[in-house]
Amino acid sequence: MTPFTAPLNVHHLLRKKKAIRRELLQSRARLEEKRIAILGGSTTAELKDMLELFLLNSGFEPAFYESEYNRYFEDLAFPDSALKSFKPDVIYLHTSNVNIMRYPSLTDDAAAVERLVEEELQKFKTLWDGAELNYNCPVIQNNFEMPHARVLSNLDCYALQGHSRFVAELNRRFSEEARLRKQLYLNDIHYLSAWFGLERWYDLTAWYAYKYAMSLQAIPHIAQNVCAIINSIFGKSKKCLVLDLDNMLWGGVIGDDGLGGIQLGSDTASGESYIGFQHYVKDLKDRGIILAVCSKNEEINAKEGFAHSDSVLRFDDFSAFQANWNDKHDNVRRIAKTLNIGIDSLVFVDDNPAERELVRAQEPLVAVPEIGDDVTKFISILDKSGLFEAVSLSREDLRRTAFYSDNSKRVSSEAQFENYDAFLQSLEMVAEIKPLTEIFAERAVQLCNKTNQFNVTTRRVTMTQMNDMISDPDVITIYGRLEDKFGDSGLVSLMSGDIRDEALHISLWLMSCRVLKRGLEGAMLDRMAALAKARGLTSMVGYYLPTPKNKMVSELFAEMGFEPYADAEGQAGRWRLDLGSPYQNRNSIIRVNHGT
Amino acid sequence: MGLEEIQRRLTDIFRDIFDREDIVLTRELTSADIEDWDSLANINLVVAIEKEFGISFNLNEIKSLADVGDMLDLIKAKVG
Repeated sequence: MTPFTAPLNVHHLLRKKKAIRRELLQSRARLEEKRIAILGGSTTAELKDMLELFLLNSGFEPAFYESEYNRYFEDLAFPDSALKSFKPDVIYLHTSNVNIMRYPSLTDDAAAVERLVEEELQKFKTLWDGAELNYNCPVIQNNFEMPHARVLSNLDCYALQGHSRFVAELNRRFSEEARLRKQLYLNDIHYLSAWFGLERWYDLTAWYAYKYAMSLQAIPHIAQNVCAIINSIFGKSKKCLVLDLDNMLWGGVIGDDGLGGIQLGSDTASGESYIGFQHYVKDLKDRGIILAVCSKNEEINAKEGFAHSDSVLRFDDFSAFQANWNDKHDNVRRIAKTLNIGIDSLVFVDDNPAERELVRAQEPLVAVPEIGDDVTKFISILDKSGLFEAVSLSREDLRRTAFYSDNSKRVSSEAQFENYDAFLQSLEMVAEIKPLTEIFAERAVQLCNKTNQFNVTTRRVTMTQMNDMISDPDVITIYGRLEDKFGDSGLVSLMSGDIRDEALHISLWLMSCRVLKRGLEGAMLDRMAALAKARGLTSMVGYYLPTPKNKMVSELFAEMGFEPYADAEGQAGRWRLDLGSPYQNRNSIIRVNHGT
Repeated sequence: MGLEEIQRRLTDIFRDIFDREDIVLTRELTSADIEDWDSLANINLVVAIEKEFGISFNLNEIKSLADVGDMLDLIKAKVG
């Protein structure tokens, strides 16, 4: 177990942070450097230390900029600063209600209170605008926690002049802004502080002695929240919940107790508590989290549990189902393989501590919360873990689990075909491959920033950059959607090239893993080659930039008929495809709708 | 709790906070003697001590802690 295993061990983190940092720096293979600017309206030293631990644990290599004490406004509003040369990837505005300039006074009328709200909001809008203009990177912004004291007592939450009401109104306006601004993400300390308990959140000693706006004990929770948001922005949130069955989704052991003997249903308190947990799991699924079962059971018994009349979850809610007597870590591996997702996308929950330890030891990239064996605690531990953080709700998310269930069907029909092409033919695939337009830009950005495996350059792109690519006449960007007889996979591939010296330089070529080995990459290249030829270009140039995760595309250009070459500087990893000779289409199986 | 026991547990806290196994506490030790012991490290010490001994310090007490001897005496007075 690590100190980051949910639920958090705050005191261990605070006391041992130096040793934990030392060990993380030694042990973890880090992938990406991220430059994080923390602009604080109160002391941020502890927050920086904690955030560093969480980010290291997520596989980032963080570098930090901290504003001088309470200089967050100057740093962002006046761009001629050290922040500019720091070049942040993420800006975190750690403000809280100590930074509210003016609260309403008791004599203010409605118009005066509204003016104060506008003034306060305007201050932050200036900062967000400045961040967008000068840094064009994601901005994580705290909203406000409820005030420490209420001079109007309960009236404080509904009198126009009440401070609680004022804070609630500011939070409402922050939410509106965050919905409108593509690069603004709220860190909901209003919820966090309520959950943590305002009494423990506020520590006036820490405030007066060190200018910490909240207790030190609250800070690891804030850091965890911010790290979860950063994980989500950069595609590191978990995708799949792997569940044990007995004493996890129902009480008792179905193989021993039988369908009638398990505790599930509203007739007993215990049976009802499992229904409650099943509802939460079902909600996660509806939100786009893939569900899988990993249980030591006879498959027939395991399936029977979901036929229980009170079961909220049904057998077909699960995209992968491993009920057998194999070791759990083997089954976990098999689940990742069936679903075609990285093993680091899995969260494993099991009431048996030995199974949790086994999976942690054998598959350290799988997240294994210390879920315990008390069903009434399961929801809270999962919900507060931040593992499934989402920064947007796209239509694709809401349909994702359907894709993966479709995928399982595809895998089973694959088994019946001797020849893979025959299987592909039978899928009756239809692709839509067209130049990218703004309608699909949001999904394209999301895909770009979370695809690690089939991705030749692993270039990450912000919303603004994507829109620039769409409007730039010297950039060709196309998307691919794929549909087959089992369902619609949505927008799953993206390719972009820059026109330079009569050649198309491929800056992006990526594809979601759920459509691997379907021949879509060939269809994408066909379309790109046709567009390049139409522009009179004579060649395409491909770049493979290796990362620890994209080995699967190391030979992509060779497979697609590109010739390796070294450029003038002798740089390897480059590939060239001559467009002078007649181009032979790579794809013959997918029917492609080119549109106009 | 005896002063010896308090000193042993306080030593563990110092070693954890500063990640240095070689720290030996004496009553005369001050923040000038440990490189990372600045005012912000002080609050980490205070929070760890409060948790370890189940006590809490007020603002004046925190400000009055000049050396390890002060800490030992204050903890002793609170835990009895």
